[in-house]
Formats: sequence, structure tokens, C-alpha cells
Amino acid sequence: MLLFLLILIVAAIAQSFLPWWIVAPISLLLAAGLGRTGGRSFLAGFAGVGLGWAAVATWLNVQNDGLLAHRVAQLLPLGGSSWALVLVTATVGGLVGGMAALAGCWLRHAALGNRNRVGESATV
Amino acid sequence: MIRWLKALLALLVTVALTWALNTRLGAVPPFGKFLSPFRGFWRNGETANDFPAQQNLALPGLQQPVQVRFDDQRVPHIFAQNDHDLYYTQGYLTARDRLWQMDFITHVAAGRLAEIIGKERLETDRFFRRMGLTYGARKSLDKAMADPTVRTVLTSYSDGINAYINSLTPSTYPFEYKLLDYAPEPWEPLKCALILKYMAFDLTGRSDDLRLSNALGKYGPEVVRDLFPDYPMREDPVIPEGTPLDFKPVPVPAAPAGFEADYSPLVPQNQPDPELGSNNFAVSGTKSATGYPLLANDPHLQLNLPSIWYQTQLAAPGVNVCGVAIPGAPFIIIGFNEQVAWGVTNTYADVLDWYQLKFKDNTRREYWHDGRWKPVRRVVERIKVRGLPDRLDTVLYTHHGPIVYDHNEKPFLPQTPILHAMRWTNHDAANEYLTFYRLNRARNYQDYTAALATYGAPAQNFIFADSQKDIAIWPNGLLPLKWKEQGKFILDGTNPAYDWQGWIPAAQNPHVKNPPRGFVSSANQFSANPKDYPYYLNWNYGDYERGHRINERLARMNHATPDSLRVLQNDNLGLNARLILPRLLGLVQPTQLSAAQQQAYNTLQSWNFYYDAHATGPTIFELWYNNLAKRIWDDDFGKATGLEMRYPTRDRTNTLLLQEPNSQWIDDSRTPAKETLADLARQSFLFATDSLTRKFGPFGPKWAWANQKSTDILHLAQLPGFGHMDLDVGGGAGIVNATSERNGPSWRMVVALGPQVQAYGVFPGGESGNPGSPFYDDMIETWRTGQLHPLVFLRTADEKNPRVKAAWVLTH
Repeated sequence: MLLFLLILIVAAIAQSFLPWWIVAPISLLLAAGLGRTGGRSFLAGFAGVGLGWAAVATWLNVQNDGLLAHRVAQLLPLGGSSWALVLVTATVGGLVGGMAALAGCWLRHAALGNRNRVGESATV
Repeated sequence: MIRWLKALLALLVTVALTWALNTRLGAVPPFGKFLSPFRGFWRNGETANDFPAQQNLALPGLQQPVQVRFDDQRVPHIFAQNDHDLYYTQGYLTARDRLWQMDFITHVAAGRLAEIIGKERLETDRFFRRMGLTYGARKSLDKAMADPTVRTVLTSYSDGINAYINSLTPSTYPFEYKLLDYAPEPWEPLKCALILKYMAFDLTGRSDDLRLSNALGKYGPEVVRDLFPDYPMREDPVIPEGTPLDFKPVPVPAAPAGFEADYSPLVPQNQPDPELGSNNFAVSGTKSATGYPLLANDPHLQLNLPSIWYQTQLAAPGVNVCGVAIPGAPFIIIGFNEQVAWGVTNTYADVLDWYQLKFKDNTRREYWHDGRWKPVRRVVERIKVRGLPDRLDTVLYTHHGPIVYDHNEKPFLPQTPILHAMRWTNHDAANEYLTFYRLNRARNYQDYTAALATYGAPAQNFIFADSQKDIAIWPNGLLPLKWKEQGKFILDGTNPAYDWQGWIPAAQNPHVKNPPRGFVSSANQFSANPKDYPYYLNWNYGDYERGHRINERLARMNHATPDSLRVLQNDNLGLNARLILPRLLGLVQPTQLSAAQQQAYNTLQSWNFYYDAHATGPTIFELWYNNLAKRIWDDDFGKATGLEMRYPTRDRTNTLLLQEPNSQWIDDSRTPAKETLADLARQSFLFATDSLTRKFGPFGPKWAWANQKSTDILHLAQLPGFGHMDLDVGGGAGIVNATSERNGPSWRMVVALGPQVQAYGVFPGGESGNPGSPFYDDMIETWRTGQLHPLVFLRTADEKNPRVKAAWVLTH
């Protein structure tokens, strides 16, 4: 939960003045520090970045009455559904966040060898 | 070890995924960058806060405060205190709404599309480079910048655009930059020139010289004189017949003995679009309800979004003008001020010719002209290609102009001949800007003619009306002084007698002021009957039907109001059908038809020739007529001949249909049987009904004209979802309401002159170029239904007007 919240907040702040891909190193580093299992790290990264993207996209979509998203959703094509596009947006962001967090967590595991395995299973 | 593998694999996947989502792959946008709601396209959706009703905006370089008021269609009404600030603000606000569009068109014109799209646009780029649009733009710009007034306008307009570009960040780039993944570049006056050269290309960049030379080579002068005459049977020219000359003509160069051009072995891929045209007309005070003139204009161009035109009011000391501008070029191009109104339509005077060249040897470094070898100028074009090394292309220039293609390759436009130099007014320097600077400030007929004198290309029919009750029209621009039929066929590039040898003096361009009939008009037809005008202009113009229909109605019009002119702009009567359909029906025996075919036949019999959206008559007639013309001409002038030629004109086809039933051209020379006109008429009627049945099912309301025509307004980059498809509209090619499949009235305007000028207008789009704005397409419905909006025209910066919704102050 902590990892998820940290990714959500740090990524949101960083993205307001840095390129979007900053979510990858952020998720990776935070998960390398705090991730317990690969699966949980992936979920935290996926949700941390994905929910952030979903929230902002939802807000902008509502503010724009879905006008632009409706057009883009015909271009992609998603049948013109702006909400499907919000979902795709969240998934794209989530995948990057999740994969990066997974990589971060596994890199730490690899670096630390077996030492954490016991503690890891205890906290699952 | 396995852990390391797993971890590194995850890392690799992450890096690859991030890279892929940050990179444009082919036509696929960089999805991560594009979809990110922090930087990507979501930021482009316009929200209520994006357009404040009041604001002070600091812009670098403004000299004094500028007031801008926006009406309910988001049209800016700019009140500046000097020319510099006026055009600076016009540039700034136009860029704010239309930056991507204007920047994109300059890339097309300059042959720089591959730079942003990729190698698939390389051939387009090579074509535009070889057409020399940048070459012409530089020449025109040099001339314009030598004029201090125009220099101020062009530099301040560019500064305004750059002020907007400099205010952008990657998250505020217009939508299309994000989709195509590139960044705006600084604007410069050359780009303004490129915009006008592109417009001139669109309107004058096509030519039939090669097609006609091939026909001449194959069939000889007698046939060509018969089938491609210099003046049509049915015509209603811009300058009314019998208008006396008010000038003493200059001598015309003598015609040389004659030249037989080589066949050009090109194979056609598509025909040039003949449907870019326009209407304009003005009635005098004697015909109007108020006693003051009325003026209307609707230029027909490709129906695109963002819209071709940008509505603006420009006011500063000495000027208060309103109308539409072309994004990327300063001034109002079509509009009105308190005293005058003006508009333009294209004139099809022949301003593009081809010269067959003789080179010394295969190195093509010298060409024969005037009895000696002259050097070929070689210009190396460096074309940037996205993701690939630059490509170099050498373009050869003679004194005539560029050689558009110098080796066998697939030409971009099929009628562009090989090994010929192009002579084109679009490469001549002229100060078109000064024309519009002066027109915007004109107060009477003298000001208008003074403005026209510096105009070059594209040649246009400039229509005019003023509050002193003058009306006038001038087909105007740089028009080469030609011997008869010069440039109808490919010209001899070795003999100076074939060169263009000067211009028709500007004051002797065709013109008429206050004709007795009480109106002036143009619809791309012949400028003048050769009986009435001393100079050869062209052998072929736009078909006469629109112009004649306009004149027919204007002649009957009395007590005209702005609404009378609006209704005329929306006239759907098809004169070609009125002329030809009775003849076609007479050629087909209904007894030979099936019951279903008879239904279609009966529909045509009772059809009133109106191309209304829900009528089925035009659907059948258009298919029938066009297929019949194809059956008559295709065997003799189509691809089967192995030569690139063109069909005779519609007027000549109609003369054949009406008066020459035994013409040698009717028989299909490809079949052993001897076809009669009745055979072809029946076959083409069956072709029409069969194909419509296949497309729409049995005859019924589904055969409605709007369904068959299917008018589309497409985004400039043809993005699905960003246009408006299958509009329910009538009209069509050759109809006053010239709304065809992809072309149509790109701006409809009606101006009522008088003590208080009042104008009406609409264009099929909206002021904003942002597809995420409600103002992107808000005028389409008004346009579709043939209505006009009253145009807000403010006399002073503070005048109260309930339709003004926002007021900004721009300061340094």
C-alpha cells in the first residue's frame, strides 16, 4: 500500500514538469527500495501510475465534455468511446509503471541473493 | 543466476516498452507520450477556463495596447493603434487558433513533408520542389520586402506568430504536433509567401498542354479545331458581350509558323480536379431594395478542417475591415469595410505553359535557345527524411523555368510532361500583399483599381461594390501577352518567338464597371468573348452552367435583399440536365426497359432538374451522362489509345449529343459492331440503373442525391473521426451551390452596402483549428442548411454589441 501511494504521488508530481517516461525510473527505484514480491510490486506500479493517469484523464475528459477523446477514440479505433480511451490510457501508463516496479523489485532480489526470501514469505 | 536473468529480462522489457511508447513507429504515434494526461493529447481538450472573458495578455514587441473583442463565434475583432500592432496581433491570434494548419501547408508547399511524416512523402516533396514553389516564394518575397509598408506587415505578422510559438511548451503544442510527434519551428515571412504560392498552385497549377499536343499529333489540326475549339457554343462570359473597350490595345507578338511537339509517353493515373471554382456576383442599386449595391462571394475549395478561412476584423488608424483571411497570410482576403466590399473567384486564363527542350548531350548541362547553347542552372535540393539520411535531388532550371521531371519516373501529377521546362506566373515576382493592403483600405472604385494593379498570381476575378453605388469586376493578375493559341499546346523551347514576351498591361486586363444590365458576376467561365477582347487568354475555362444560371436569375432580380443573394448562392438547378436530359430521354425507348428501369426513367421524366439532397433524378442523370460521355470518347481519347489525352469539353460533348447524331466519334472503334448514339444512350442508362441497384438496392428513396454524392469534410491529415462525413446536402459540380463530394463553398458571404454596411457569412467549419474545441466545427450546420450568420462589425473598440462575449487587452 505504501509503495502504491508513493508511486502515485511521486510520479504525479514528477510528471507535471518532466516527460511522461519519468514514471519508469520512479517506479523502478521505489520498488527496488520498498517492493516485497514481484507480484505486489507490479500491482503497486500498475495502480500507482495507472490510477494517476486515469484520474487526470477522467478530469480532463469531463472538463472537455469528451469532445476530443471521442474523436481520438475513433482514430485509434475504439468505437468513439471516450471512456474506453480513459481505460486504455490508464492501462498504458499502468503497464509501464508495473513493469518498472517489477524490474526494480527483482533487481533488488537478485542483488541481495537469498537473504530476504524468508522475511518476504512471512509478510506476504 | 536465474534471478539475475529474470530481473534483467524485466528491466529490458521495461526499457523496450518505454522506448516503444515514446517513439513514433511508422504511422503509429508514440502512445505513452501521446496518451499521457500530463503532457499528451488530453491537454488539448478545451475547457471553460481556457478562454477567459476578460484578460490582460503581455506580448513582447507590442508598441501600444491592443483591444481584442471576441464574438459568439470566437471571431476576433482587433483594434490596434498602428499597423505594426495590428498585423502582429493578427499573426498572434491566427496562430493561437490555426498554428498547425498554417505550418503544415508551408511544409507541403516547400516540399518538406518527409521531414515530419517520413519517406512515404518523398515523392510529394520532390514534386513540390521541382514545381519551384519556394523559388517563386523567394522572388515574390524579395519584391514585397522592398516595399516598406509591406515589410512592416510581414515582419510584424511573423513576430506575432512567433510570440505564440514561443509561449508553447510540449504539453500545450497543438494536437496534431503531438499525434505526428514533432515540434513547431519559428515562423518567417517566407512562409507567408509559401502560403500564397500554394494557393496559386491549387488554382493555376494544372495544365492540359501535353494532352492536347498528343491529340494534335494523333488526329491533326482539323480534328483538334473541331473538338477543342477556342470558344464554346454556349457561354455567358464574365465581361458581358458587347462591352466596349476603353483602352487602345498594344500590339500582340506575331505567331511563329508552327511547332510539332513530340509525343509525351506518360500514362495517366488521375485527372486534375476541375471542380475548384467559385461564384461571385454584385447587383447595382437599381436592382436592390435599398438603392445600394449588394455583393456576394463563395469560393469553392476542398472542404477541409481546420477550415481554409479564418474570420477576422482588423481595425487601426486608416483601416477597419472585416471578412476572411488565409491562415498564414496577413490581411483580409475576401471582405468589406464601411465603404466597399470585394470578393474573388478563380480565372482560368492560361498562365502555365510547357517548353520542349533540346539538350546538347545527355549530361543536360546546356540547352539550345535563340541559336546558341545556354547553360542549365542546377539547383540541389536537400530533402530531410524523418528517421533516414537526407536525400539530394538536382532540379534543372532554364530561363523558361524549372524542368519538373528530367528522367523517367512516376510523375506525381500525370499531365506533367517529361523533358519540358515550365513557364508559370507563380514564379514571377509580384506584390500581392500590397493589393490586399490597399483593398482593405479602399474607399472607392479608384482605390480598388489601384490595388489590383500590383497583383500577380493566382489570377482572380475581383468583384467590387461600394457605397457610392459603383459595381465592377476585373479578371486580374499577371496575364502573359500571347499570340492566339500560344500555350494551348507544348511550345518550342529553342525558339524565342515561343517565349512569353511581356504582359497584358494591368489597365487592359478584362474589366467592366456599372454595366447596363445592372449586375456583374463570375463563376470561372470565360473572361470575355474573343470578339470583345483583343488578347488571347485561354481556349478553355470552367463550364458555363453556373455562370449562366447566376446571370439568368440576376437578370430577373428586382428589389433584391441580402436574402435574395443568399438564396441564389444555394440555387440547385442543374443547367446541364435542363439542356441534355430531354435529348437523352428521347434516345431511349421506355418499352425496351424492365419495369424497374422504367421507374427510374419515369423519375427522370418528371424531374425538375434541381439537385436537391433528397431528389433521385440527379443520382441517375449524373451517372448516366458521365457514362455516356465516357462511351463516346474513351475509345478515341482514353487510356486505350496508349496516349495521355483528354476528352473534349462538356460543351463540345453536348453539341455532339444535340446536333451530330452521326458523328464519327460515336462508334466504339474497339468493337466490330457499329454503335449508334441510341445504343450508347441505352447502354449507359442501363449501366447507371444497374450500378445504383447494386449500390443501394431497388429504386427508392435510398437513391437520394445526397447519398450518392456523399459530401465529406475531412481533416487536413484525413484523420478518421476528425471530419464530418456524408453530409445531407444538395448541389454539386456545375451547380451554383457547388457542393460536390469533396469541394464546395468554403466561405459564403453577402454584403449589403449602404450608410451602415451589413454583412452575412458562414464557412463549413469553425474559427478554432483545435479538434478539442467546440469552435472547431460549430458553423457546419448553419452552412449545411444554407443559412448565413449576420457578421459582427464593430465601428469602434468600445461599441456595445450583445454578441461580443470576451474582451482582451494585449500589452507589451
